[in-house]
Amino acid sequence: MRAVETRRPSPPSPRRAPEAPRPGARARRLRPLVPYALLAPSLLVLAAVLAYPLYRLLVLSFQQYGLRELFAGTEGRFIGMENYRSILADSFFWTVVARTVVFAAVCVGLTMVLGTLVALLLRRLGRGMRLLVTAGLVAAWATPVLTAVAIWQWMFDFEFGVVNWLLTRLGVGDFVNHNWFDRPLEGFAVIVLVVVWGALPFVAVTLHAGLTQVPAELEEAAQVDGGGAWQVFRNVTFPILKPIFLLLAILSTIWDFKVFTQIWVMLNQRPGRDYFLLGIWSYSESFGVSNYGKGATIAVVMVVLLMVLTAVYVRQMLRAVEA
Amino acid sequence: MRVLTRRRATRLLLNAAALLLFAVTVFPIYWMVATGFKRGVDILSFEPKWLPFPATLDNYRTAIGKPFFTTDVLNSMIVVAVTVLVSLGLAFLAALAAARFHFSGRKALVVMLIVVQMVPLEALIIPIYLMLDKANQTDKLTGIIVTYMTFVLPFTIWTLRGFIINIPMELEEAAMVDGCTRAGAFRRILFPLVAPGLVATAVFSFILVWNDYLIAYVLLQSPERQTLGIWLASFTTNHGTDWGGVMAGSTLYAIPVVVFFLLVQRRVVSGLTAGAVKG
Repeated sequence: MRAVETRRPSPPSPRRAPEAPRPGARARRLRPLVPYALLAPSLLVLAAVLAYPLYRLLVLSFQQYGLRELFAGTEGRFIGMENYRSILADSFFWTVVARTVVFAAVCVGLTMVLGTLVALLLRRLGRGMRLLVTAGLVAAWATPVLTAVAIWQWMFDFEFGVVNWLLTRLGVGDFVNHNWFDRPLEGFAVIVLVVVWGALPFVAVTLHAGLTQVPAELEEAAQVDGGGAWQVFRNVTFPILKPIFLLLAILSTIWDFKVFTQIWVMLNQRPGRDYFLLGIWSYSESFGVSNYGKGATIAVVMVVLLMVLTAVYVRQMLRAVEA
Repeated sequence: MRVLTRRRATRLLLNAAALLLFAVTVFPIYWMVATGFKRGVDILSFEPKWLPFPATLDNYRTAIGKPFFTTDVLNSMIVVAVTVLVSLGLAFLAALAAARFHFSGRKALVVMLIVVQMVPLEALIIPIYLMLDKANQTDKLTGIIVTYMTFVLPFTIWTLRGFIINIPMELEEAAMVDGCTRAGAFRRILFPLVAPGLVATAVFSFILVWNDYLIAYVLLQSPERQTLGIWLASFTTNHGTDWGGVMAGSTLYAIPVVVFFLLVQRRVVSGLTAGAVKG
């Protein structure tokens, strides 16, 4: 199985081979072009499926584009800043932006803090325990989003869900027939749980892998010098792992800012407006009520916000790339 | 003596935390599998039945018997295979250039690869849908394969670049000193070393595509052209959900991902982070 898989991508190499062996002047002159030739196919595809749609998205956001334009197959009508003006004037927009940012911040914060704690825990466990916990983490990690949503939906089912039974049993309160999605705050708590449950293993396992590279002597030395656990972590462990932390934080922000499937499927593909985040709003504006222009405008706002939020991380990461 | 008991208390506390963590990560999965094998009366009971006995295969029969199961499995397999193979072929060449050659624009390329992965597909799906609609490619597998390239290709290039960077260049240089050409060094030295990375990347992009919901949901309308994810999500829409069927379907849908994931999980972590830390 493995051998077959690895063979597959080999055809390009024999074809490439004849380029280099000729030591003649022509080959030497062509050599600087080799990397560009290698890049060309990928760049062409990316231009077509990424750059052009991105450009179209921007154009659409300045247009009136609805069902009429879609059926007639015509271009949208340019209406200048009208889409932007109507969104910015809408108080709902600001609610959704705030909701999206808070939701992402809560998810990223929980994932990073819990992930770090789990990674530190893993290191202090005995071998058997560590294997057990890692196995559990990997199992949760491997679970596809759609499966996870279905499972948690079932566990939080208002009638026969095991969570309501457990909470009632533990004496937390009367949760018999409690519907978690009646109140958005509780509904979002469940959604955050699903997101963090799915994202935590990646963060924890990656950080644990990073932790094993921190020289134990360094931390021991700091402990001998009288550093408490928190001080050792902050002044010794964290600085060494900073690049990994940065990468994980940036990836989590990107993922959690655009959460769609968890909410959409969790609420049976028709979430109420109380559950709208930017991605869902943009989707329902475009594909729900066929106002593609306005949907594109919301999407542009989403992209810009994401860029702004992650700019700091990206700058630091680029600095690491340069170094 | 006191130190010893304190150490034991810490140990106990840590192990308790570990067990709790294990329960939280594994119980939901156990609950899915268990529910899939339970009889209807045992699923719909106010007092949870912890073990799936007496067990039944009825839920699996319901799930597989649902319309379009086989067709949708096949669709998923076609889409995944084509997307992964094409992007892997393209990405390997690009990753080679990004990791092993010096050329002007190399830094810009790396920056682009990072930035591009930040563009949310949730935003791009609108123009992509309209473009495909104009080209009569919605509700077709080709359209969705092309769309998957938007995120699978950058991811594959980035991950492969990480794997290649991790292989010491000295190995190839040594081969070249011994009279190997550069292309020969790639083929004989680099390629065998990076092959496990290629497999890992392939499997990880397989999982990315298999797990997609949004694109398939937007682009594929007719049930006979849908992928397995849409098939699964359509389970839950009707009210009075058949939880046994949903859990059986979810298990079936998760199995290939879990199997493949277990094969490569370790490598993907190293590949992702390696690309980030080293330039």
